[in-house]
Amino acid sequence: MPKRQDLNTIMLLGSGPIVIGQACEFDYSGTQACRALKEEGCRIILLNSNPATIMTDPGYSDRTYIEPLTVEMAAAVIAQERPDALLPTLGGQTALNLAMELYHAGVLAEFEVKMIGAPPEAIELAENRQAFRQAMLGIGLDLPLGGLATSEAEALAMLSRLRFPLIIRPSYTLGGKGGGVAYNREEFSDLVSKGLSASPTGQVLIEESVLGWKEMELEVMRDNSDNAVVVCGIENLDPMGIHTGDSITVSPIQTLAEPEYQAMREDALAVVRRVGVDTGGCNIQFAINPLSGRRVIVEMNPRVSRSSALASKATGYPIARVAAKLALGYRLDELKNDITGTSACFEPALDYCVVKIPRFDFEKFTGASEVLGMSMHAVGETMALGGNFREALQKALRGLETGLSGLMAQPGEVQENGYLSSPGQRLNELIPLLQKPGPGRILHLYEAVKLGLSLDEAGRHTGIDPWFLLQIEQIVQCEQLIADELPSLLAASGAGISASARKLARYIKAQGFSDRQISNIVSETALPIREEDIRSFRMRAGIFPVYRGVDTCAGEFAALTPYFYSTYDALSPDSAPGEALNSQTQSSPLPPARKKRVVILGGGPNRIGQGIEFDYCCVQAARYLREMGLTAIMINSNPETVSTDFDSVDRLYFEPVTAEDVLAICALEKPDGIIVQFGGQTPLNLARDLEKAGLSVWGTSPASIARAEDRDEFNRLAASLGIPQPQSGMGYNLESACRIAQEIGYPVMVRPSFVLGGRAMGVMHDEHSLRDYVTGKVTGSSLKSDAPILIDKFLEDAVEVDVDALSDGTSVTVAAIMEHIEQAGVHSGDSCCSIPTHTLSALTLDTIREYTGQLGIALHVKGLLNIQFAVQRGVVHVLEVNPRASRTVPFVSKTIGCSLAGMAVKIMAGMNLDDLDFKREPVIDYCAVKEAVLPFERFPGALIGLGPEMRSTGEVMGIDLNFGLAFLKAQAAAGTPIPYEGGIILSVSDRDKNALAPLAAELKKLGFSLYATPGTGQTLTEAGIDSQTVSKIGARPNLLDIMRDGKAGMIVNTVSNPQSVHDASKIREEALRLDVTLLTTIPALRAVVEGLSVSGQWAVSPLQDYYTGKVRAKTKTP
Amino acid sequence: MTDSRQLSGEGQEAGTSQFPGTRPALLMLDDGICFSGQARGACREAKGEVIFTTSMAGYQETLTDPSYYGQIVVFTAAHVGNYGVSSCDDQSFRPQAAGAVFHELQITPPGKFPHWRAEGALDESMAAAGLTAISGIDTRALTMHIRDGGARNGIISAVDLDKKSLLQRARALPSMQGLDLTAEVSCNYEYSPAMPVTEGIAQPVLNIAVLDLGLKRSILNCFMDQGMRPRVWPARTDAETILASQPAGVFLSNGPGDPGACSDIIKTAQRLLGRLPLLGICLGHQILALAMGGRTYKLPFGHHGVNHPVKNFLTGRVLITSQNHGFCVDPDSLASNINITHMNLNDHTLEGLECRDNRVVSLQFHPEASPGPYDARDAFIKFRNMITGTANA
Repeated sequence: MPKRQDLNTIMLLGSGPIVIGQACEFDYSGTQACRALKEEGCRIILLNSNPATIMTDPGYSDRTYIEPLTVEMAAAVIAQERPDALLPTLGGQTALNLAMELYHAGVLAEFEVKMIGAPPEAIELAENRQAFRQAMLGIGLDLPLGGLATSEAEALAMLSRLRFPLIIRPSYTLGGKGGGVAYNREEFSDLVSKGLSASPTGQVLIEESVLGWKEMELEVMRDNSDNAVVVCGIENLDPMGIHTGDSITVSPIQTLAEPEYQAMREDALAVVRRVGVDTGGCNIQFAINPLSGRRVIVEMNPRVSRSSALASKATGYPIARVAAKLALGYRLDELKNDITGTSACFEPALDYCVVKIPRFDFEKFTGASEVLGMSMHAVGETMALGGNFREALQKALRGLETGLSGLMAQPGEVQENGYLSSPGQRLNELIPLLQKPGPGRILHLYEAVKLGLSLDEAGRHTGIDPWFLLQIEQIVQCEQLIADELPSLLAASGAGISASARKLARYIKAQGFSDRQISNIVSETALPIREEDIRSFRMRAGIFPVYRGVDTCAGEFAALTPYFYSTYDALSPDSAPGEALNSQTQSSPLPPARKKRVVILGGGPNRIGQGIEFDYCCVQAARYLREMGLTAIMINSNPETVSTDFDSVDRLYFEPVTAEDVLAICALEKPDGIIVQFGGQTPLNLARDLEKAGLSVWGTSPASIARAEDRDEFNRLAASLGIPQPQSGMGYNLESACRIAQEIGYPVMVRPSFVLGGRAMGVMHDEHSLRDYVTGKVTGSSLKSDAPILIDKFLEDAVEVDVDALSDGTSVTVAAIMEHIEQAGVHSGDSCCSIPTHTLSALTLDTIREYTGQLGIALHVKGLLNIQFAVQRGVVHVLEVNPRASRTVPFVSKTIGCSLAGMAVKIMAGMNLDDLDFKREPVIDYCAVKEAVLPFERFPGALIGLGPEMRSTGEVMGIDLNFGLAFLKAQAAAGTPIPYEGGIILSVSDRDKNALAPLAAELKKLGFSLYATPGTGQTLTEAGIDSQTVSKIGARPNLLDIMRDGKAGMIVNTVSNPQSVHDASKIREEALRLDVTLLTTIPALRAVVEGLSVSGQWAVSPLQDYYTGKVRAKTKTP
Repeated sequence: MTDSRQLSGEGQEAGTSQFPGTRPALLMLDDGICFSGQARGACREAKGEVIFTTSMAGYQETLTDPSYYGQIVVFTAAHVGNYGVSSCDDQSFRPQAAGAVFHELQITPPGKFPHWRAEGALDESMAAAGLTAISGIDTRALTMHIRDGGARNGIISAVDLDKKSLLQRARALPSMQGLDLTAEVSCNYEYSPAMPVTEGIAQPVLNIAVLDLGLKRSILNCFMDQGMRPRVWPARTDAETILASQPAGVFLSNGPGDPGACSDIIKTAQRLLGRLPLLGICLGHQILALAMGGRTYKLPFGHHGVNHPVKNFLTGRVLITSQNHGFCVDPDSLASNINITHMNLNDHTLEGLECRDNRVVSLQFHPEASPGPYDARDAFIKFRNMITGTANA
């Protein structure tokens, strides 16, 4: 059946802010879908609240709505645009849930919108655990024993039929939120009650434990004529019990026998047919008993998922693209596999091995348990392809960017314990870590095997399949080989490299060992040797990686693929990507040989502080390079991203972003330039090595970047320009830190130098807390002795300002000035901010512009420039300068309607601001507000609260004609909607009391009933405002009880002294649990009041209409 | 070209994922391309036509499939042997392939293989069966070489490491074209496998005759699953003997070699045509086509894998199929009463046909799978329906 003719306007739903369990893989799928739909000539209406995404770039859809993903807003968009169909299967669980709400609310029927991708009945069947169970049993498939409970009593009654351990899983939650394992009645009751409240439908599924079983996933595509293919099988190295998002996963499936795999494939197809997903992709998870082969279905996602993104990158099969076309009515056999030119109705064959490793950020959530379980905690992931499993695993570990150079003992612990414990003792310490796995489990396993733990025992403790253990043992043996044999061969290599040395070196590299890892092993056992020395030895021996195309067919067909991975486990290159493939990139009229090649370094795995915003910049850079007729070459290791979609670049190298890997690619590609300023800290850290290797780093020079990051140099620069700065100093040890803090005067802001995302940053109010900080009592892990501590005067009550600007080296243009709503001291990544500013004077803004220009020119910035200022009592202080892409680049670009990253890359290619016609700061007649989204609910037990250390995972944007409305939209999009009626609890610090009174009066006028803690209440009474007094925490009933009783939908709590910080944390925790909106600053309350006073006037408008002035014009006409 | 060449410039061994510590071996192709690796299995010598399969698992089914008789199978998968071997996966009583080429073969310490189904390791079972293999080969490079230059003869040797002599002997090997190999793999005497005891089968059991041209066990299982009792006959059985046993239908099995060279069997097929319902798979399919006046030709490097999309024109559906054939039926050679029912979506070659006049259904791919997906297993139900005259035959 060819394309349906009744579908012209398609509405696509995005997945909203990046949260744990739903990350930028849905930007990847959404962006691919946009491209595919556009190719088919569809008019695309996009709704997504996340400005950091590539899909919300106005070029990808015809009408781009950055509005909250709520029924109210989506219905307004539908009413306005009248789409023919809604495609909800590419925006994760958020999009699916919203689509179902729209369906149930009758919006789709009212406006005659068809749901495509998966019918509502199919979604309901797959998502409703009870119905799904029944359906599966109905087609004869096996499931874990158990059932659904809607109350605690019902759950307890089921205990008579089931045996512990039991799995408790709430229905309809993201990434397994609120699920867990119960080993006894107490844990059971606890998990059931938590699960019931976490589930939007108040249901939990209680199931027989399949802990320790093998976990497998299949990615299936099906079309409307019932053609179905399994695109990819994924095996979890970690057994059942660890969320698949937190598991190390491998493709293709390694440990299933052929009949086991085929029977599972049959089951998967039966599931898809029964559930009824008939025009798209879905994901099915199985658990397999390793002792008997019994196979049960765990779950089914009737949509494109995180695993689909991984499967696409692992195989080269573009699942989202094909899914979007199937939704339009195409059949699988009508679509082509673009890589081979053969049919898209096939199952890819892999002749390599793929390993994905999740990345965690537990250290940012002090107090949270680091044991992995049913609920997902990973904030990002990295993937690697290798000629064999060992190579892929080791590549992935170094791609993780946690300081690992491959598979090795957990760094740090060896230093702490290695010399204290004998090997036997150490083994005893490791075994509990294997049984209760944390983020470092694979390293613990490696160390244990190295210390002599038998594979049988290792398997018993970890539940990991023996095949994987054999592979790990082989890596251990290779490390031994390196230690035993390499030193003497290296020593003798001066006279020439023998054949046996060459053979050994090839073997070692084929096991995935990096040059750095080899140098570490050799240095530990024999002579100290540098990474560079290993590299030069290797090069003299003629040992280089081979780059192979990811061709979907294991070499069976001639393939035109721009997608490569490296391996040493090979004989010869199957194509020389550098020159041979130039003929493929015919988009430019220039002859291929003359096309300049530019390498863009990506940001590696997402982590807090370095996420999708940087990927957005990299993709924009690639797009504009190609537009200029240059060849854009991407190096990145993050499977979730758009940058690793081979369609978005000329050539993609899916490789770890380390010096060794990047230099090897550059040796082949011989690029004319390499861009490091878009991928966050990862590529910046390599800038000097790359320059040293003779590569031309485009844009701001590494020396300038270093100059901006070096505090002393930067202080001198600011002083020479006469720009005020908070007083600061550098502490090299405890005593010098205390002395400097004394000189500056408390409070002070402290942090280790060279960090991103404010890692381990804090505000210290006195010497006692500073001492605790330096000695590691606060951060948990002690600060490294070689990392000096920066100490800055903390500017109290200052307004923080972020500036993004462009510089061509001789002049600077400000793109936008953002005013933070929260006071200075909250990390800029966690703050809410607005464009334009709304409290700063024209004089202050001019000062900011002037300083920005001076700093940009003094640092010879070519490209992007981000500066943070703090304005205290009218004085503008510069806090820091980042001559690189900042987190706010996508937000600013979407707001002003120009691509900052695109212009930056043009500057790097030689254009100036005149050429770009970007000499004046854009003026907008609307307002955009960015709000951060925090993951505290994932880390029970962690200290909650905003501070100088960044902890948000994502962001949303609200846009409307005035600040108040934009702010309300941003809050709604962030999942903390401002209530329009009901009660509000007020509890503010003394210095905020005067400011509160007029705002409280407004709230009263808007019809809210007010509760106030005693001190605050007194202020209100004095101002003649009625309120009901409630106790603070300590007495009962207190404000928490009011919240629990559902009497207040919002609480305003500001603090100034350390005592109340503790209470504030309790309040935040409770507010989070009860979905009560919490405001922690007076400016935020002011914004709320401003918004509420105009709340009836909101409207939804696409970015395209804001840019052309249509939105403003519309409001003026009546 | 007299000197042996190597794919790499330098003369080092091919894949290097397993450190030498075992016996070296060479794989020499008849065009002088030579790979070195480690000897596996019997560690002696293997000669044959070198072809590749892209199936990621199912190594045991592949090596024991008689269709691979006389061929050296290159496995493109990165890892082979991961789940050991289990006798229930055998497609015949011994490995039939001439040799095997691996990128990396899983070697385990002696003792029980760590997988619940496994009875032993692949390496050991190859050794016991006298099959020589080589591992540590860059199978991607080798595959691309075969893909671009076509399937060709080669020798794996762990005993003769002299490249000149190997090349000479590789060139002397006979071409697959013109070889009738069915006699080498067919059974010597007719037999009837024991029907499994199944409860509650409503339909009567049908007796069918199976002409064993290199039969896979899973085909017999598929017949029995559908209530058909197979009686297996040696390849050279004449038509009258088969007809005298009064089967309800005859099946011509898969097998190795060039269908064009099997003139005796083609004659047998011609005598059976029109007398009773016929089903052919793979070689059997090609022979039926030849018997009905068609032509076959050799594909450059054949189809060997489990991911080939085949369009069924009768249903409009696409099946993901298991394939293993080096020859193919030329659709232009077919008489007008023969319908093309299946086509390969990759290279548009013929994958299935039917002739209602003669009650013939035949398939180029392997509906029995093993290895491969079960998408096409209803072919056996259809054959049964054709015999019984049920609708949708």
